Amino acid sequence: MTVLGLFNYWVVIFLMMVGFYTLIARGNLVKKIIGLTIFQTSVFILYISMGKITEGTAPILMDSSEPVLYSNPIPHVLILTAIVVGVATTALGLSLVVRIKEAYGTIEEDEIQDESL
Amino acid sequence: MNEHLPVLVVVVPLMAAPLAALANRPRVSWAIALGACVWAFAAAIGLVQRVLSEGVIRYELGDWAAPFGIEYVVDAASAWVVLIVTGIGAVVVPYARVSAERELTADRIPLFYTAFLLCLAGLLGIAVTGDAFNVFVFLEISSLSAYALIALGPDRRALTASYQYLIMGSVGATFIVIGIGLMYVMTGTLNMADLAERLPAVADTRTIPVAFTFLSVGITLKLALFPLHLWLPNAYTYAPSAVTAFIASTATKVAVYMLLRFFFTVFGAAFSFDVMQLDRVLIPLALVAVLTTSLVAVYQENAKRLLAYSSVAQIGYMVLGIGLGSVLGVTAGLLHLFNHALMKGALFMAMGCVMYRIGSVRLERMGGLGRAMPWTMAAFVIGGLSLIGVPLTVGFISKWYLVQAALEQGLWPVAAVVLLGSLLAVLYVWKVVEAAYFGRVEPPAGVVEAPLALLLPTWALVLANLYFGIDASLTTDIATRAAEVLLGAGP
Repeated sequence: MTVLGLFNYWVVIFLMMVGFYTLIARGNLVKKIIGLTIFQTSVFILYISMGKITEGTAPILMDSSEPVLYSNPIPHVLILTAIVVGVATTALGLSLVVRIKEAYGTIEEDEIQDESL
Repeated sequence: MNEHLPVLVVVVPLMAAPLAALANRPRVSWAIALGACVWAFAAAIGLVQRVLSEGVIRYELGDWAAPFGIEYVVDAASAWVVLIVTGIGAVVVPYARVSAERELTADRIPLFYTAFLLCLAGLLGIAVTGDAFNVFVFLEISSLSAYALIALGPDRRALTASYQYLIMGSVGATFIVIGIGLMYVMTGTLNMADLAERLPAVADTRTIPVAFTFLSVGITLKLALFPLHLWLPNAYTYAPSAVTAFIASTATKVAVYMLLRFFFTVFGAAFSFDVMQLDRVLIPLALVAVLTTSLVAVYQENAKRLLAYSSVAQIGYMVLGIGLGSVLGVTAGLLHLFNHALMKGALFMAMGCVMYRIGSVRLERMGGLGRAMPWTMAAFVIGGLSLIGVPLTVGFISKWYLVQAALEQGLWPVAAVVLLGSLLAVLYVWKVVEAAYFGRVEPPAGVVEAPLALLLPTWALVLANLYFGIDASLTTDIATRAAEVLLGAGP
């Protein structure tokens, strides 16, 4: 039960490791960026899933005397910012890859290292 | 206006950045950047004075009360860092006018100042904010603009250096977000003062040590502590000269400040040192950093690369002081923060002057420069002496405090390594001096002294090296106050 009940964390860890491995193991500069994006996305899911409460609704103020159970919106708002940062990082990374391709004629790390020597 | 200084010091450079892009004329953009930097420096002096006389300044953004709103907190430590960053900014921008015109194409210069101002705003934001998530946002503002600045370098290897920094820097920043998220899930707050209050209650869960670990790895990656420094040498070597001078003297310093802020203010010295035994990680890594990277620096043939490796070693000294965990140790770390910014700023600016005249900073091409560019090389020699830690320069002051802090705890071997690091510094500084003064080759024809627009800012930092080396009462006073605030030993 606890293992299944924590499935969102398993998803996060799986995605994090996939992204991190791609980032480290791949020599292609675009694939590295893909790995980085997956890695960052896993953190977004970590934040978003921890704000969710079972049977909680959207955090909207309503005229009811009953107390309403709602999900915590703050992690979601934080991650909105982090997504913007992630998009900016990806855009900058990819534009660097374009410039590297123009300057070296390749986006494979080992070929770039050979050229730099 | 005075009560809004904590936020204005960030907002003015941030607002000036799009203006510099819209102006789209090299000289106009430069004037905007200069105005913003000088204003920020004046504001920083005002902040330091207020903190020293009134104590901690708390500023609620948009009047939303903390812990729900974002709060800016300026204490002695943050005012100190703001002063360093704005001071270096105000010296580098006048320098950049001539240096950037030589190394960058004209259409890129306005965007260069835009990225520069964004980087400045981000670094200042990290220093003044009292909100953990806000730190991440400002960190990414400063990092993304720093990647763009480095990629502007004239050599194509600047692109790969910037890419490498982007990958490693983003991983570090993401580790920091994970750490902050895990702290939030346990405490339900992001305000640093609030976190410090609520963390002890949950400190013996497994989540908080994990959060601590993620934060440590992320921040040490950003501050380039050995062995996570691999992005730094290339980035410093291939970036435009003005960018290297600015980033080398500010970016890693602000990361060191982040380390202090999270470990001392948020987690508290008791948790960081007694429970997590941070000193057992920081001190050995710092010592290895001092020895190995100094040794690597001795073997470099490119003067900027040599100085970059020396930067990693100097970061080792700062982290060493922090790792000692005493008021004296943290004072030494904070002093070296300021002093190293002065010396590395001066050294990299001197190298920028060389780059301006001969288009290279490789040692074999620097033969005879001691005669051709006497003022530039004299600046380098004084900066180098300061790096070694010769008395009457700032380097001596920080080493003196560091050795005292090590001896206070009876750590003789640590003090010995500090001195050994200085000996290695003699070796690598000497390499450049030998190449410039004792090389048999005649300087290339037509090489004359660098223009005044480059020399004046360089010498401003060189003289600061000497001034604060002779009269260190002001710097040691603020650094001690900041260390006491961080360790909770003073007001």
